[in-house]
Amino acid sequence: MTTTTHRSDERLLHAGPGGPSDPGLAGHLALHGPLGIPRHDDPAWAEALRAEVAASGLSGRGGGGFPAALKWDSVLRTNRRPLVVVNAMEGEPASAKDRALLAWSPHLVLDGAEAVAAASGARSVVVCVADDRDDSARAVQRAVTERAATGARCSISVERPPARYVTGEESALVSWIERRVARPSLRVDKSVPLRVGRRPVLLHNAETLAQVALIARHGAPWFRALGSPDAPGTTLVTVSGAVASPGVVEVELGTAVDEVVARCGPTGPLAGYLVGGYGGAWLAPELGATPLAPGPLARVGATLGVGIIVALPVGSCGIAETARVARWMAGESAGQCGPCVFGLPAVADDLELLAAGRADADVLARVEERSRSIAGRGACRHPDGVVRMVRSALTVFAADAARHAAGDPCEGRHAPSLLPVPAAPAVSGGAS
Amino acid sequence: MIGSAPARTRVALRVRVDPVACDAYGFCAELLPERVTLDEWGYPVVDGTPLDRTLVELATRAAAECPRRAFLLEQVAADR
Repeated sequence: MTTTTHRSDERLLHAGPGGPSDPGLAGHLALHGPLGIPRHDDPAWAEALRAEVAASGLSGRGGGGFPAALKWDSVLRTNRRPLVVVNAMEGEPASAKDRALLAWSPHLVLDGAEAVAAASGARSVVVCVADDRDDSARAVQRAVTERAATGARCSISVERPPARYVTGEESALVSWIERRVARPSLRVDKSVPLRVGRRPVLLHNAETLAQVALIARHGAPWFRALGSPDAPGTTLVTVSGAVASPGVVEVELGTAVDEVVARCGPTGPLAGYLVGGYGGAWLAPELGATPLAPGPLARVGATLGVGIIVALPVGSCGIAETARVARWMAGESAGQCGPCVFGLPAVADDLELLAAGRADADVLARVEERSRSIAGRGACRHPDGVVRMVRSALTVFAADAARHAAGDPCEGRHAPSLLPVPAAPAVSGGAS
Repeated sequence: MIGSAPARTRVALRVRVDPVACDAYGFCAELLPERVTLDEWGYPVVDGTPLDRTLVELATRAAAECPRRAFLLEQVAADR
């Protein structure tokens, strides 16, 4: 038996002898093997890959969880050469998976993008990396240059859209590529692809494409050997909060939430888990055994989102944490839809007063009522995610919420914030 | 009698708001209160169940009167 430093469930994060760092194109090919993308349109190859991805059951890893093969089909139906877009925006502040992937294995992402391009007849690929992620952009650019020297099939360019939460939303990103304005649009029929000019857009999250690169090499049965029948394969999860080793881990879909956290060394008893990101949901500690997969998470009111788990320790105030996030998310609205523009700040106002023990007696009913009213009334799902998280906080931290509503603030609200929110321009004095 | 005739579908209409275009003029709630209420900021909350025949005309007028063209009628497949 050979000694390896990687775990059997580490496919994307499978590291070479050099450890977790970009091994370069030659090292990448030595590690994963060749992919053999045809240089010219090859319908048989394209159909074989499409069928393999469909059989794999791969779902998008960018938060929506839409089956990857169905996205291809909607673009293929247009009979036009699409534009392939790699979404590596990663606007979720608690997520680091796309950054990790681009740092360790940019060629895997580009393999996937080129494979999808070849299978759909696309001649160009745009990789979107946020304008505050210079390291990731450099890693991609270096990899693109290396590949160009060997004669790449299609042109790959790197674009740097503004680092805002909503820019990563699919229709907002496409709008930015087309007209440099990152605003979501109302999509009445999601089976009709977005377009840039006359080209339909085939957009995938960076991790989704890295998974395609592995499926193209090893096949659907290999992919499905890990995970569960309903949620096959592995996924990247960013774990933070009350753990000794925060960071990105790769786990089989269906791994229990508390087991994922256990891999990162929990530092003490927990008050709850934030799962899915800032548009996700809080889970009570008793629900730690919930499998990290779309179905089981939906049954407890949560979502897989972009593979985020934040472990909240006992002693932190879940209400105060949620208030901070709700305020930041309200500011990240694209500012287009009334329910989001007016509703989210109103909810954040109430949560802040609640955490401080200064809210009126009706606060809990009001937050619940507004949250219900806001959900589903934006063009995109930004407001829906925020109110899902808020409502879950009022459930999981119900005892704390009731105490705060009765005028008793939580000491934990002064604990250091565990949920990162990017600094906003200072508008008034206060704690840094 | 249920099950005795082949299932048929006919097209029904329902109302919908384009929230990007909507600027909370509120005409829709006045013209079609049966399906539209306004939230505390004046933005419409619509009931998207299929419109029966008596409401189609009112809904059509509400759509035509919307200054932002944000009030939409869309077709849905309805059973029966």
